[in-house]
Amino acid sequence: MSDAISALDGARSEGSAVVEELGLRGMITLRGDLSSKTVAAAVKNLTGLNLPQQRMCNSRAAYGVAWMSPDELLVMIPYGEAEAATAKIAGALAKEHALVVNVSDARAVFAIRGAGAREVLAKLAPVDLSKERFEPGQFRRTRLAQVPAAFWLRDPDRFELICFRSVAQYVFDLLKTSAAPGAEVGFL
Amino acid sequence: MSTRLSSAGRLLNREAAVKFNFNGKYLQGYEGDTLASALLANDQMLMGRSFKYHRPRGVVASGAEEPNGLVNLGQGARFEPNARVTTTELFEGLVAESQNHWPSLEFDIGVVNNYAARLLPAGFYYKTFIHPRAAWKHVFEPVIRKSAGLGRAPKSRDADRYEHFYAFVDVLIIGGGIAGLQAARAAGAAGVKVLLIEQTPHWGGRAPVDGAEIAGKPAGDWIRDTLKALGKMPNVQIRTRMMGAGIYDHGYALAYERLSDHAPDNDLPRHRLWRIRAGQIITTTGAIERPLSFAGNDIPGVMLASAVRDYVVNYAVSPGDRTVVVTNNDDAYRTALVLKEAGLEVPMIVDARPDGGGALAEQAKALGIRVETGTAIAKVNGGKRVTAVEICPQAGEGKSMTLVPCDAVAMSGGWSPVVHLWSHCGGKLIWDADHAHFRPDPDRPPLGADGQGFVSVAGFANGAMGFGDALRDADDAGKAAAKATGGTPKRSAAPKAVDVEMAPMAPVWKMPQGAGYKLRSKMWLDFQNDVKVSDVQLAAQEGFESVEHTKRYTTLGMATDQGKLSNINGLAVLADSLNAEIPQVGTTTFRPPYTPISMGAIGGEARGEIFQPLRRTPTHDWAEEHGVYWEPVGHWRRAYCYNHKGESVEDAVQREVRATRASLGLLDASTLGKIIVKGPDAGRFLDMIYTNMMSTLKPGRCRYGLMCTENGFLTDDGVVARLDEDTWLCHTTTGGADRIHAHMEEWLQTEWWDWKVYTANLTEQYAQFAVVGPNARKLLEKLGGMDVSKEALPFMAWADGKIGGFDTRVFRISFSGELSYEIAVPASQGRAFWDTLLDAGEEWDITPYGTEALHVMRAEKGFIMIGDETDGTVIPQDLGLDWALSKKKDDYLGKRAQERSHMADPERWKLVGLETLDGSVLPDGAYAVVEGDNENGQRKTEGRVTSTYHSPTLNHGIAMGLVLHGPDRMGAVLDFPKVDGTIVKAKIVSPVFYDPDGEKQNV
Repeated sequence: MSDAISALDGARSEGSAVVEELGLRGMITLRGDLSSKTVAAAVKNLTGLNLPQQRMCNSRAAYGVAWMSPDELLVMIPYGEAEAATAKIAGALAKEHALVVNVSDARAVFAIRGAGAREVLAKLAPVDLSKERFEPGQFRRTRLAQVPAAFWLRDPDRFELICFRSVAQYVFDLLKTSAAPGAEVGFL
Repeated sequence: MSTRLSSAGRLLNREAAVKFNFNGKYLQGYEGDTLASALLANDQMLMGRSFKYHRPRGVVASGAEEPNGLVNLGQGARFEPNARVTTTELFEGLVAESQNHWPSLEFDIGVVNNYAARLLPAGFYYKTFIHPRAAWKHVFEPVIRKSAGLGRAPKSRDADRYEHFYAFVDVLIIGGGIAGLQAARAAGAAGVKVLLIEQTPHWGGRAPVDGAEIAGKPAGDWIRDTLKALGKMPNVQIRTRMMGAGIYDHGYALAYERLSDHAPDNDLPRHRLWRIRAGQIITTTGAIERPLSFAGNDIPGVMLASAVRDYVVNYAVSPGDRTVVVTNNDDAYRTALVLKEAGLEVPMIVDARPDGGGALAEQAKALGIRVETGTAIAKVNGGKRVTAVEICPQAGEGKSMTLVPCDAVAMSGGWSPVVHLWSHCGGKLIWDADHAHFRPDPDRPPLGADGQGFVSVAGFANGAMGFGDALRDADDAGKAAAKATGGTPKRSAAPKAVDVEMAPMAPVWKMPQGAGYKLRSKMWLDFQNDVKVSDVQLAAQEGFESVEHTKRYTTLGMATDQGKLSNINGLAVLADSLNAEIPQVGTTTFRPPYTPISMGAIGGEARGEIFQPLRRTPTHDWAEEHGVYWEPVGHWRRAYCYNHKGESVEDAVQREVRATRASLGLLDASTLGKIIVKGPDAGRFLDMIYTNMMSTLKPGRCRYGLMCTENGFLTDDGVVARLDEDTWLCHTTTGGADRIHAHMEEWLQTEWWDWKVYTANLTEQYAQFAVVGPNARKLLEKLGGMDVSKEALPFMAWADGKIGGFDTRVFRISFSGELSYEIAVPASQGRAFWDTLLDAGEEWDITPYGTEALHVMRAEKGFIMIGDETDGTVIPQDLGLDWALSKKKDDYLGKRAQERSHMADPERWKLVGLETLDGSVLPDGAYAVVEGDNENGQRKTEGRVTSTYHSPTLNHGIAMGLVLHGPDRMGAVLDFPKVDGTIVKAKIVSPVFYDPDGEKQNV
């Protein structure tokens, strides 16, 4: 396990926003009936969090639960706990029709923070990122320029973003370019 | 001559002189100048040559509608052709040169086309150069190309950067004249989110030049106060140098912001393309003045009347000492008044209307200006510059009565609302006969998803002809748009404006009315493309009755200005020639963008390193450090081979194959798709998706499977492993991972929505390496951790376990024909595991190999490759894969299609191996020929090569191909012609060249 390294090993850049790869994070894809009490209980047991509403992400310390689709959740936990947690949820849902898989290694995670963070993303994703329309806790699966990505507003000036591991460098370069000084739009 | 006046110039900063260079000459202007005004101030009226006849051309307008003033702007990495001088802001060090002339602007050889103009009418090219056919390509086209054309294409890589921006607003207002400002104020006061954009650097449009008085104060003051009020509204944003480029369905609009065109060399992006979603869009885009069609109306010095007063008022530039004004309406009298006030001469106002004008005409007369009503310009005298106009009665045929010496002509044929943006998404127009223009039909707007209009128009763009009307209209539009997007409009009245009483305009499409052919062939409609009144008339005579056909036949309106000045005049001439009403003829289609936008802006950030996403596997960096030769596979980079120092790509591939077959090879197969399919109905689902049975696969075992589309064609293949009672792992091809996952989801969501199956694409979760060769097992045993013996892990089995301390899943599968293990580890440990395998494998000379060695080895074994043996027209039966088509199943995707007569036809070409008689490598894609030609006169064929390689194992060329009755013709020799005309002979053999009994992989 000590040999595990994230795609960009913590790359960082500063511009109109700080862009940072956050290293490894445990992530579990859960597909199932989101109205099921067993699903809610299994997630709560593990993370202490309730199931999120549509297009929301509930967070607490190193834990998070994001709404991915009407039958899919993304459960976030510390990387080291992912294998055991996947087995635990799968066990709890053994009697339900559900799919629980560890996807921690399939992704890269970034933070985009600072005053320019909203505009950095608004140059790349077709999402209304105005303060009144994208509030803390909101989560969006979308695209970032030419690749799929999802992001959520973790804190008032800090977004977290996930993409596939193979395109981590592309996404980092996109965010860095978008945050290059001098190109602040002054719109959001 | 044109010159700088001593007055201030509304937009100039006379404190700040700016140096620039035109055609190698250093000239001076002021901050606030456009390139057009600065050139005029330096008496540079001649700015270019026309497209077809190379006639001398000067600027005719002062804004985005300019057809003539196009230059090559900048140098090297900041070079851009066809830059409009009227919209290019002057900056220190600007370098421009005129276009389409040789050897110089003043003396141009191509002007002989002008004297031959009689021989170059509309459709000339179509008629003249059609025979002989071959001559077009080799003789006519190169010559015409040389003499036609505008700017040069840039040669260097663009130095600038560009970007996109996604914005969402309730109300987008395009056009920052007084109507746009008032609409923004009304909508802003209602509390909705407003974005107001203006293409120029200045607010207020024409109103300050035209002397408007609004709310009891001069227009300039009202504009300043309104901007201040808008600045206090947090829900309103305003931006200049930003053009509304296009309007599309669902309230989508593109806007083009020019951030640093006026100040290059800084860190800003050059252009930003805004992709806006708006609840409602208001276009307050104003109106464009029309030229009049009289002989010689293209001679430098003939300008739009509005442009003349723009240059005088805004830039303190006089186009000439003596300017004749020619008009069919009252508005142009403003130009005469402005010129007079600036101390310049107006020898005559030529008014085509028999009854002349109203209040403004009286003012002109009071200033002592000679006004001639019912008159026309018969002809403009001059070559590179106007010297005089000849005056005649408008009603006559053009017999000259008076010669009026002058050095400029200010013309006005009336005003056309800018309806482009309204029309982009389907807004309809009506013909307003009183003002002789098309304006938006408020009853037929572009419709949104709810069936309601989502675009409205206000002000002069909506046909308003006075400041007061324009402001009232804009106020209404702002309030209505705000209301439609959830705002609460205030009960306030629009500001009042003073408007002078205007006499009616009279439509004048030809001047004089009865002009003969000689005059008509010098009346320009489209200045940039050299289309004249006589050309449109000729097109009509020749049967081009549709305005769209006439446009293409004559090239009217097809230049970079898209006919902003010429369209209405052209279609009026066409209507007259066809003896039809103008509305019956209609307009050509308005398409985005409103004016050309840069390719850089369209590309946005996608250039250099981020031109395209590049997908990297966990061994990407290792490969870079070890001589990799990359192969793009989709967005992935896969190693084609790893070159040793001084080694060729071909040699590396041969070495990798030999080393793997002899001892031990290592392949990064991480890019292969890995899709989890789970649920009580998963087995049933996979039996439909694959042609063979997957439900009967035992947990712990693997099976190769084929997938077809519902049309029966092979679409993907791969090994399926059953993980547990209701979970399967499906491997796909590298390129197929996303596509097959989507294919599965589509069938689950649309057809079998009630089946209990979930899928997840785990492709990137794992790094997967193939350990291949006779020493593969020894390596794994050396690392230790799990039993990988033949008994514990037989061929086509899989198991979870530890290898060298790593958590792995090991598949005993082989695509090379050798003893082979594919081992998956979490991607984050991929690099560490790769390094571990390399270290431990050193004693067996472990050799990393790339995709080409993989291809050679699979071809030696006769394994097919999706994309080589298949091309979307190939079915499994063609490839001899009948064994993988389950007879036990009622159905699978593609089954019925494969029963159709053409699919079951025994004449379909089938897969065989091909071995060249001389040992050479067959050319890829080569066809086997037989005697005779088909009905198209092409050589008859009986087969083609699908894969071809040099086999280092067998040391001769091997190939696979599809051949007519191939499997029944073993030993037959086929002829494959090469492009050099020689023929390669190849024998039909079994496609399995190496170890046909599979003894090597099953040990």
